[in-house]
This record gives sequence, structure tokens and C-alpha cells, in this order.
Amino acid sequence: MTSFLDNLVLAFYLASFGIHIWYLYTDSSFIGRLGTLCLAGGVVSHYFALLSRARAMGGVPYQDFYGSLSLFAWLLAVTYLGIERFHRQRAVAPFVLPFVIAFVAISTLLAPEPAAIQQTKAHGPLFALHVTINILAYAAFALSFVVSLLYLAQNRWLRDRKLGSVIWRFPALEVLERMSRSSVIVGVTALSFGMALGFLWAHRLLGHYVTGDPKEIVSLVVLLVYVLYLRLSRQTAWRGARACRLCVACFFCVIFSYTVVNFYLSSYHRFF
Amino acid sequence: MATSLPSSANGARSDASMHIILLGVNHRTAPVELRERVAFSAENARRAAQELRSGGVVGEVVVVSTCNRSELYGVFGENAEHAAAALESFITTFHGLPAGSLNGALYHHNDHDAVRHLFRVASGLDSMLLGEAEILGQVRQAYMVAFENGDTGPVLNRLFQSALEVGKRVRTETEIGTRPMSAAFAAVKLAEQIFGKLRHHRALILGAGAMGEQLVEHLRDRGMTSIYVANRSRERGEELARRVSGEAFAWADLPRALELPDIVVSCIGGDEPVLSRAVIEQAMHSRGGRAMFVIDLGVPRNVEPGVADLYNVYLYTIDDLTGIVEQNKHAREKEIPRAEALISEQLEKFKSWQASARSVALLAELRDKLQHNREEFLRKHMDEMEHLAPADRERVARLTAELLDSILEQPASRLRGEKELRRKLEEIEAVRHLFGLEKHQP
Repeated sequence: MTSFLDNLVLAFYLASFGIHIWYLYTDSSFIGRLGTLCLAGGVVSHYFALLSRARAMGGVPYQDFYGSLSLFAWLLAVTYLGIERFHRQRAVAPFVLPFVIAFVAISTLLAPEPAAIQQTKAHGPLFALHVTINILAYAAFALSFVVSLLYLAQNRWLRDRKLGSVIWRFPALEVLERMSRSSVIVGVTALSFGMALGFLWAHRLLGHYVTGDPKEIVSLVVLLVYVLYLRLSRQTAWRGARACRLCVACFFCVIFSYTVVNFYLSSYHRFF
Repeated sequence: MATSLPSSANGARSDASMHIILLGVNHRTAPVELRERVAFSAENARRAAQELRSGGVVGEVVVVSTCNRSELYGVFGENAEHAAAALESFITTFHGLPAGSLNGALYHHNDHDAVRHLFRVASGLDSMLLGEAEILGQVRQAYMVAFENGDTGPVLNRLFQSALEVGKRVRTETEIGTRPMSAAFAAVKLAEQIFGKLRHHRALILGAGAMGEQLVEHLRDRGMTSIYVANRSRERGEELARRVSGEAFAWADLPRALELPDIVVSCIGGDEPVLSRAVIEQAMHSRGGRAMFVIDLGVPRNVEPGVADLYNVYLYTIDDLTGIVEQNKHAREKEIPRAEALISEQLEKFKSWQASARSVALLAELRDKLQHNREEFLRKHMDEMEHLAPADRERVARLTAELLDSILEQPASRLRGEKELRRKLEEIEAVRHLFGLEKHQP
């Protein structure tokens, strides 16, 4: 079921995607600003759509798959917007927005009516913050994944001297490398904070720290591999394409954590 | 340029019915020896425009003179052949050339052909380097000079503003000007694809060739300040370093010099490669693996091909750069139909404006003529009607004026509102003839 707000969110993101493609083609700063404005419009309306969903459910919408997907898409858009402003680089938007649009489309067009969730001790603010911040970390890692793929593609074209028409519109390799690293820094910070909150929440709930849950172990591995990336990406032998390949590989750990671990291995962590 | 464009609305009534003429030479019709003889300096352009207008050859005039073209755009009254001959005579006399010396080199276009030509010029379609950006600024400059000197009127104001508009649209809505068209510029664009802004990066130039120097100019334009030069001949190296405000390295210090730059440009003569794989590998290690862009402009090659396999090294030879330029040339040529479509669209807009302005002028002339006839009619017949009181005479005069207004109201309103009708009335001269409104203009 879709509401006006859901349609508005989708319309904003689609418009932003179209305008950013146009921007890639024309390189006009006015068109670029228009694209960013549409994206900001999408982020704001998406926030209100999530708020509306949260009110209907009686909690942050991460309890079901669709709500979690929508929250992920929103945090991906927010992270991208922040990174775009920080690096003053808009040319990556056409490669990130399709993911945002796809996730929003799935979560709005296919989602059933949000059912009210049963409020338990688990649904306190600390828990909500733990989940939301962890999803932010995954969104930031997803962004670094897209940027790294873009780096690898452009690096391959430049090394092979096979320059098509689009390459002149892409951000420079060094800019992509910095964007990837910035996203990972956001992700690592958010994941560290989110995991700490998780431990704290479990301690308050159970009176002791929960250890040995597969999600905790895999999240720790994800954190470690990204810290390793941050360390290696500044070293002589790794900077550039190798670091980006490592970043892409790290993201497969995130996918594993977000899918296999959530669905099949962890009893505490579903859909987030 | 920050100066805003002038309004073209003023005076639209007086001259819009006149015709546009273009006479000029360009790189296709004349060799450089001839082009430089008919080029107009800024001062000459002002003087020529003034002489053309005061001599009554044209009513409005703009002189566009660049290294590849000298063109006169004017607005004349009736006889196109006479106007072309007068302009040709003027251009040869003005530059002190013997009569007939421009035969075959001069071209001239009238009305819509002239308009289309200017639109193509402003869009870079008529340039030697297809899609070059400078021409739009040059056309703007020529127009502003003419406008500030009072050499333009409603027709050329509208024409040049339309040309600047379409020129800008072609640049932003097509890819005709996006890709580099010289090997040196292609190298700089590639450097930007690797490093982003070049302001804080460093370049090392090996050798003192002209192309290397050209590349340095482009790097300087991008704000790069740290440029090093190394040459086998220390004196020539120092001389080049002075010219480009760079720092000279002794040839023996090359391994140390290679640790510094992000961009290495090599254009050295000799049969053996100057930069071996081992030398670059050592330099990469010393510089912490940061990316290095090596541009080999030498023939035979100055850099061992194996350097391209090193991690984070991007090696481009002169052939690679030429290949990019060729590829870009084809890509720009593919954009021509899209640019031409934009030009045709703008030409239609200009035609519509011209038809509208001519219709308004025609109606005004018709009103003036009918008003004149009405006054004649009243003067003639009022004398015969002596019995009418002054108040009645005034009433008759008012009624005839109202009748005249009501006759002209509908056509005036339709001409203002119906674009299609204005198009149909493009051959407005026939209507003018129908009402006996022929004008005799210079």
C-alpha cells in the first residue's frame, strides 16, 4: 500500500536521479544544485514517511524487512548527501541513487500495511539507537562499496587507455579514494558506537554482557576488516586500486552479516 | 563579462522590417596571409562601423573579427545586391586592398542564411577547432563593443542576443565542447581525472621541447605552481625553468627529482629510453606509492613500455594522446546534428520575432496612412458642410477616428496573439504593397 508521502519520496529520488544524470551530461552547476535539492527533498520527505510508519507501528520501523530496508535507504541517502557536501562532488549520485530508489520502491510498493509491534523491554530508546546507528554503519559501508567500484572501473579504463565518453565527467581517482575512505570512517565510527550501545543494552536487560552471538562475532569481524582497510589504504603498497578492492571485499562481509547472519544464524538480530 | 545584455525591445517598430546582411572571410575561404590583411583591431572595428553607418551603407552594424574570421553584420533597406557590393567595396577600401583582391575569398549571406551563419559561428560549429569555447566570448565582445558605440539597433540586438543564447545552449546541452582537442590539453585533462584539482600537485618536465612547454602552460592555467625542469643541457633547462617560473634540476639528480612530481612530462630526443622501469619503480617506492602520471611525448619513446605495468603508474605516449584527440574529434562531430537542431529551433524563434516585429511595424504604418487619409478627407469635406456647428464637426472627427480604431483593432489583436498568422504573413512585403506602403530606405 502506498501513501501520498511514499509516492512523494519516490518522486523526489527519481527526479534527483534523472537530474544527476543530466548533470553528468551537462556539467552545469545549476543542474547539479537542482539534483542535490531534489535529493534533500527526498531525504526530508522520507524522514516524515518513516515517522508516519513508526507511529503506525509504535516504534522505529526496523522490526520488519520492509521498514528496515526503507530505513537503510534513508540512511544511505543521508550519508551520501553528507559525503557529497563534504567532498563537493556530485558525480557519484547517479551510481548511488539507483540503490536508494530500488530499496524505497521495494519497501513502499511491496510492503503490507505496517502492523503494530508488541512493545517489550527490547523496544526502549537505547535499543532503537543501537539498531539505527548500526544501519547507518551499513549504509556508509554500502556507499564506500559503490565508490570503490567506481574507482576500480575508472582506474581500469585509464590504465588500459580505453576512455569512453563518460569518463571526463567522473570524479578524479584521488577524490573517489578520499570519498571511499570518508564513508568507511563514518561506517566504522557508527558501527563501534552501535555495537557498544548493543552491549550496554544487553547488560541492562539481562544483567550481564551477551557474548558469542553470531551477529556480534560477524559485526566485530566487519569492524576489524574495515579498520584494516583504513590502515592499509594509506600504505605504500596498498593505496589506490588495491585498497578499493579490499573495500569491495569488506562489503561482502557486511552483506553476509546483513543477510545470512540475520536470517539464519542470530536469534537476537532480525532484519537489522 | 559581467555586463548585462541590452534590451532588444526598444525601437523594434522602426527597423525590424529591414534586412540582415553578412559579408566576411574565414579560415575556409581565405589563407592566413589574406585573413590578417582584413582583420579588424578593436579600434578599427569601431571606426569601420562608424563609417559604414555614416555612409548610409547599413543602418546597424557589428564587426566580428577573430584570428580565423572577419565578418560584418549589417542591416539594410531594400536592395541586397547593392548592399553586398557596397560592403565589399568598403572592406577593400578600408584595408587598402586593390579592388577585386578578395574575389573568391569573401562570402555573403542575407536574412535567414546570415542569421543561421551567426548562430553556427557562436556555437563553435564554424570554427577551425570544432566546438571551441573562445568564439562565444569573442562574439559577445564584438556585440558589446558595437552596442556601446550605438552601432546596433533592434534587429542586431535581437540577432546577437539570440546567437549568444544558442551558443550557450549548444555548449551546455550537447557534448560538442566537453572533450579535449589537443594532445597537451588531453594530457592535462587526464591528469585531472587521476588527481582532481592540480593546484597542489607537482610536475617534472624532462627536456625543453615546445610541446612540453605548451603542456606547462595548461598546467599553470590550472593553478599548478610547483614545476621542476631537468634537461641534459643544464643551461637550456635553467632557461626553460626561468620561462615557466619553475625550478631546475641537474640531469645527474634525475632519480632524486623523480621522487617529487605527480606528473612527469618527457620530451627528450635520443634513441634510448631515459626512464627505465627500475628508475620509476625506485621513485614510486620513495614517494610512498602515490600515483604518478607519466606523459611520454618523445619519438622514439623516452619511457620503457614496462613502466605501464607498475602499480599506480599511468603511462601515456604521444600516440595515446593523439588517439584520444581523434576519438574526441569524432565524438564532437557526432554532436553536430544535435547542435544544428538547437540552431534551427533558435532560428524559428528569431523568424517569429522578426515576423511579429514586422507585423507591428506594418500596422503602425497602416494606421498612420489611414489617419493621414482621414484628416485629408475631413479637411476636404468639412469645408463643404459649413452648416455644421463646431461641436458637430468635432463629433464627426471623433466618430471617424473611432471607426478607424475599430477597423484596425481585430487585425492588431490577431497579429499579437496568433503566432501561426504571423508566420503566414512572413511575406509581409506583399501586404505592404497591397496597401501602398512601400518605403524608400537606404
